[in-house]
Order: sequence, then structure tokens, then C-alpha cells
Amino acid sequence: MAMDSLSKEKFEELGTYIDSLPSKKGELIRVLHRAQGIFGYLPKEVQFFVARKMDVPTSKVYGVVTFYSYFSMTPKGEHNISVCLGTACYVRGAEPVLEEFKKQLGISCNETTADGKFSLNALRCVGACGLAPVVMIGDKVYGRVTKDMVKDILAEY
Amino acid sequence: MAEIHVEIDGKKVTAAAGSTILDVAKSVGIEIPTLCYMKLHNTEYKCQPASCRVCVVEVQGRRNLCPACATPITEGMVIKTTSMRVLQARKMIVELLISDHPNDCLTCNKSGQCELQDLARKAGVVNISLSGKKQSTYEVMENKAIVRDMSKCIMCRRCEKMCSNIQSVHALSGVDRGFEAVVGTSFGEPLDNTVCVGCGQCVAVCPVGALMEKDDTDAVIKALADPDKTVVFQTAPATRVAIGEEFGLEPGTDVTYKMVTALKNLGADYVFDTDYAADLTIMEEGTELIGRLTKFLNGEKTALPLLTSCCPGWVNFYESQFPDMLDLPSTAKSPQGMFGAVAKNYFAEKLQIPREKMFVVSIMPCTAKKIEAARDELKADGNPDVDVVLTTREAARLIKFANIDLANLPESDYDNPLGESTGAAVIFGVTGGVLEAALRTVYEVLEKKTLPSIEFEEVRGFEGIKVATISIAGQDINVAVAHGLGNARKLMEEIKNGNPRNLHAVEVMACPGGCIGGGGQPYHHGDGDILAARMNCTYEIDEGKPIRKSHENPAIQALYKEYYQKPGSEIAHKQLHTHYTYREKY
Repeated sequence: MAMDSLSKEKFEELGTYIDSLPSKKGELIRVLHRAQGIFGYLPKEVQFFVARKMDVPTSKVYGVVTFYSYFSMTPKGEHNISVCLGTACYVRGAEPVLEEFKKQLGISCNETTADGKFSLNALRCVGACGLAPVVMIGDKVYGRVTKDMVKDILAEY
Repeated sequence: MAEIHVEIDGKKVTAAAGSTILDVAKSVGIEIPTLCYMKLHNTEYKCQPASCRVCVVEVQGRRNLCPACATPITEGMVIKTTSMRVLQARKMIVELLISDHPNDCLTCNKSGQCELQDLARKAGVVNISLSGKKQSTYEVMENKAIVRDMSKCIMCRRCEKMCSNIQSVHALSGVDRGFEAVVGTSFGEPLDNTVCVGCGQCVAVCPVGALMEKDDTDAVIKALADPDKTVVFQTAPATRVAIGEEFGLEPGTDVTYKMVTALKNLGADYVFDTDYAADLTIMEEGTELIGRLTKFLNGEKTALPLLTSCCPGWVNFYESQFPDMLDLPSTAKSPQGMFGAVAKNYFAEKLQIPREKMFVVSIMPCTAKKIEAARDELKADGNPDVDVVLTTREAARLIKFANIDLANLPESDYDNPLGESTGAAVIFGVTGGVLEAALRTVYEVLEKKTLPSIEFEEVRGFEGIKVATISIAGQDINVAVAHGLGNARKLMEEIKNGNPRNLHAVEVMACPGGCIGGGGQPYHHGDGDILAARMNCTYEIDEGKPIRKSHENPAIQALYKEYYQKPGSEIAHKQLHTHYTYREKY
């Protein structure tokens, strides 16, 4: 899977995207965002490629990737679960929900299940505070989630 | 510039707009402790993240204390630098810093030179009542030159600023965020896999023991104690104007011959001079330059400008950064490399001992020299030409270990024949010096007459990039000098883009000021005057030398007669020259 996920076609796609930018200056985060969209994550090889192509130091790319929690250096599962820990979600009980996901899946945050099906991460505010606590799986949003709902939610996949 | 009036600790002061509180305090002799802040005048180095908060002061009318290093003065500002509130806050800040710092001062190599240690004493910290999570889980990372122990890091980012802004190397970056944040390499790769050139400028500015040179003194002690080894020392040009500082002497004190005595007292069999090899380098590199210039003037294709190759940080830099330009550097080995080759071939033969029984120790102002000495190109059948490299700091440590007080020693001469040198050799230690030394010889060889003025002022001083045109044999020779790898990068980009200034020869030294500011020198703690004093002292030594041109060194002349025949001969090429390889790095 690792080899496949770093296919030549994907690097070509990313290269074409970078070449299409009017200027490379100040575009690193945008490019990394796109790269994560293409590869699903940002392994060393991809960061090195971006650094060379953008003519920025590799250390700077790595610094940016590790600074923003959005970027991931580990492959995401087929379904990525994001539990919002923003203020509203947190006070309405997001933490026990996150703990329940960890328990059910047997993984911690920023990890992927052994079968590659689920990955789990916590994020800050998805802009749906009225539905707090919020969980996103892929593009699907679950609102007013409680600990007891976790098992059923997972069963959908 | 507009003038601003402020009151600081009761003193009325007028200062230029844009000055910081710290600048103003300094101008009237008020000392405000700093930690993350560092500014090295004479160079462009400045680190001012205002992150440590040690320099906080009280400004009337402001609710919070503010960092003196980063707060510009405003009209009518009333500043207190020693109020009880300030002192207590500072003490608390230092206590917090120390609460996440290993308590191993007794065995830390930085002890006595550590700015955090000094600060703790100054701030009156006698007890750390705070406890909490510690960042002491980082693995120590080291290569042949540098040891990084991030558990001691205080996140001042001085190293990163130096590596990125001044050196343009970018081996380091802030990694992760919050409590986990650390200064690290790309992907946590070992230093050797990264673009790190080993210059050690990160070590030179680290306030604590997080960054240190790799200590190789033990290997030297073992060799000195081994009756089977003939231990041969060589001392680099820039060490003699700096090592005295470690023994309480004023910066810029010439201790050349006291250092020789100290090394002899340690038990060295021979104490020789890298300066001798610097003269030899001029013969080889100068001949190469003349060869390329002659070809160029005859309209033949040749690689110009010739780049100097004495500086190992610089060599590592172009090998990883400029793969298309590896035909430009001189193939001449560095003086350290040449000395090793001469010692283990010519001199070992003279002593009639196998090279394995000779142990060559270099005293260098440099951490990258440790990496250079380990190169395969500087070995014969696996045996290195230079066995161990000690930085100036390590040499001082070793001398102190042997209870020798260098400052109060009588003077001794270098041994012969590898101890004789000229004024042209000693200036290898300062930016512009290698080129000046080369010009002294190239001029006389091509003009076949004596130089009217031996001093090339245009290539001296601290300016980042110096350019000069010298008329030799009816031809304008354009030369450039860069110190600090950021300046070198600018020159290299220029050359890559068509060499518009038509440069014929370029000297680069990786460290600000040249080797006098090397990563292995006694710590300057941000005092640029120390570098200036070392530079002046170097030129004074040159002036005081009876012979000031490399080609007039009688020992070098004899060496060619006896052994190498002539510069650029086949045997000279085999032993005194090297080659370069592209090394792709993170």
C-alpha cells in the first residue's frame, strides 16, 4: 500500500499543480494542502519533493508540516474520523466521545487501525458549534454525538 | 534620525528613534541580562525572538513588564530595570527555565561558559521549587563534529537563526509545537544525512550545553600515553590568536609560542605548524590559478572563477548545494589535509617509521575539520592523514587537564622542518587572507618582480562580500571574498547566472570573520569586538614575520626540491590534491 500510495502519477499530478502556480513564493501551505489531498498524507518523500520543487529548504517544509495539526505524516485510514475538541464541543462532552472512539478502535489520536479502515484525529472547531459535540467521518457530519452513539456510528462503515 | 528622550533608572537619556530599551540601557552602562537575544556586530547576525523574557523591565504606565530586547523606546518613556517587581519576575522566569533543564552542571562540558548558569547566579536562584513535565526525553544526536543534546535546549533559536539567516544552510528548523516544540533536523534525520556542513556556528552561539563540539580529547590522551606512537601536532593559524582567552588573556593576544610550549609539555613528540602547510597550499593552489588564468588568456576553455577549498564547511556546502559547479573549486587539499599528507609520507619516511605509528593531531578553530579529517580522500589504505582534530576549546581543555597554565609559560619554537612559515600563512585565519596570500605569490610569479605593496587592503575587513580588481601582468584579475555561507551562496548564484562581474578567483570561509570566528573557537558570547581583536592580532603577526610570501618559505622550497619536485607535479597531485562529489542531502 505504501508503495502504491507514492505512485509516479501522484508525483506528476503534484508537480503539474506546483508548475501551474503563478508564483511559488508564499504558497507552501497551499501546496502541502494539495499534496495531502493527492497522497492522503505527507511522508518524507513527498515533503522532500515539495521542497525541491518549491525551492525551499526541506527543514522549513518539515517545520510547517509538524506545526500544523492538519498535516499528517502517517497514512490516513479509508475513513478518517475527526472529533472536534473546540471550545463548544469540548464543554458539551467531546472528550468522552473521543475516548470512546479510541477504546472501540484500539488506537490513539493520529493513528490508523491495522486494517487501514479507520484513522482518528482530534481537531479544533469545524464551524458547526450549534451541533456540538461534532464528529466528522470523511465529509459526513454527526451532531450531538454521545459516547453511546459511537458503536452505531462505526457500524455504518 | 529623530531623537527620543527617555528616563532609565533615573537617568535622562537621548537616543535615536528605533532603538530598543536594551540598546539605550547599554549606551549608559546599565546592564540588563539577556538569554535568547544575541547580536554579533561586525556580522549580520541577530537573534531577537523575545521568547525567554529574561530581559523584562518595567515601563511606567504599562500594565505588563516588557522585554527590553524587543521594545522600541517612545518619547517620555520612564523605564525601571531593577525594581523589585522586575527582579522577582526575572528570578521566576529563570526558575521556570531551569525547572525543565537537566541539573548536571558538575559534569556538563559547557559549565563555566554557560549563559543559563551565569544567569541563575545573577538572578539569585538557589532553589527550584517548581516541578512538572520535563523535556528530557530527546535522544542525543551526534556526528563527528557536533553533539546535539536537546534536553538542555532552552528554545532561544539562536542556532536556527545562525544556520538559516547567516549561513543559509537551513539544516535546522522549529519542529512540532507547544511543549513538544524542539529545534531539529528534517524528519529527525542524523546530521550527516542533512545539509548540515558541520561549521559549528550553531555551537558558537548556543547559550547552554545543548550544542557542543564532539569531544575527542580522550583519543589524544591515549596516544600521548602510548610509547609506540610518535605524536605530531599541527596548530592552525587562527588558534594562536584565540586560545589565550581560555586562560584569562585579553582577546587578540598572540600566544603562538606559549601554545607550542604547552603542547610540548603535554608530551608531544613534534609540534609543527599548519601555517607551514598553508604556504604549501598557496604553492599548489596558486599554481592551479595561474594555470587556469593562462588557459583563459590564451582563449582556451577553463573553469573560472577558481574557488578556494581550504574551508571544510564551505566544501561540504558546495558539494551538497551546487552540484553543477564542482569543477570550480581548487583541487588543492586544505592546509590541514596537506599537513597530514606531508607528515605521514615525507616526514614519516624521514623518521623511518611506518605511517601507522605516527599519530597526527590537529588543533583547529573549527568543528568541520573533524569531518574533513574523516574523508576517504584524506586516507591512505584506510589510515587517516590526520588522526584526531581538536578544536581550540578542546585543546584548552586538554592543556588545563594537564595542569598547565598556558598564560604563564615560557615561549618555545616550533620543531623543524614542518614548523617554518610566512606571514602569508597566518592570514589564512581571517576572511580575505587566503586570497591575499595567493595574490602575493601569483603576482610575483606572473610579473617576475617584487610586489610594490604587499598588503591588499581591498580584501580585508568584515564586509560580507568584498570585490577587488588587481592588475597583474597587464591583465585585470577580478577577485571576490565572502565569509558566512549566506554571502557565499549569493556569490555562487551570481556566478551560476553568468558571472557578470567576470570573477577569476573567489575565496570563501564559512564562518563570520573567517577561522578567527570558527565554530571551535573560545566562545565570543555575542561580543563582536573579540573577533575584531583576533583579526588585528593576525595582521600584526603577519607584519612581524621576516618572510611574508609563501613562495619564499625556505622549508617549502626545500620540500619541493627534496620530495614534491614542483607544484602540481604527479606526486604533489597524488598527495596534496583531492576531488569533490555531489552529496544529495535533506
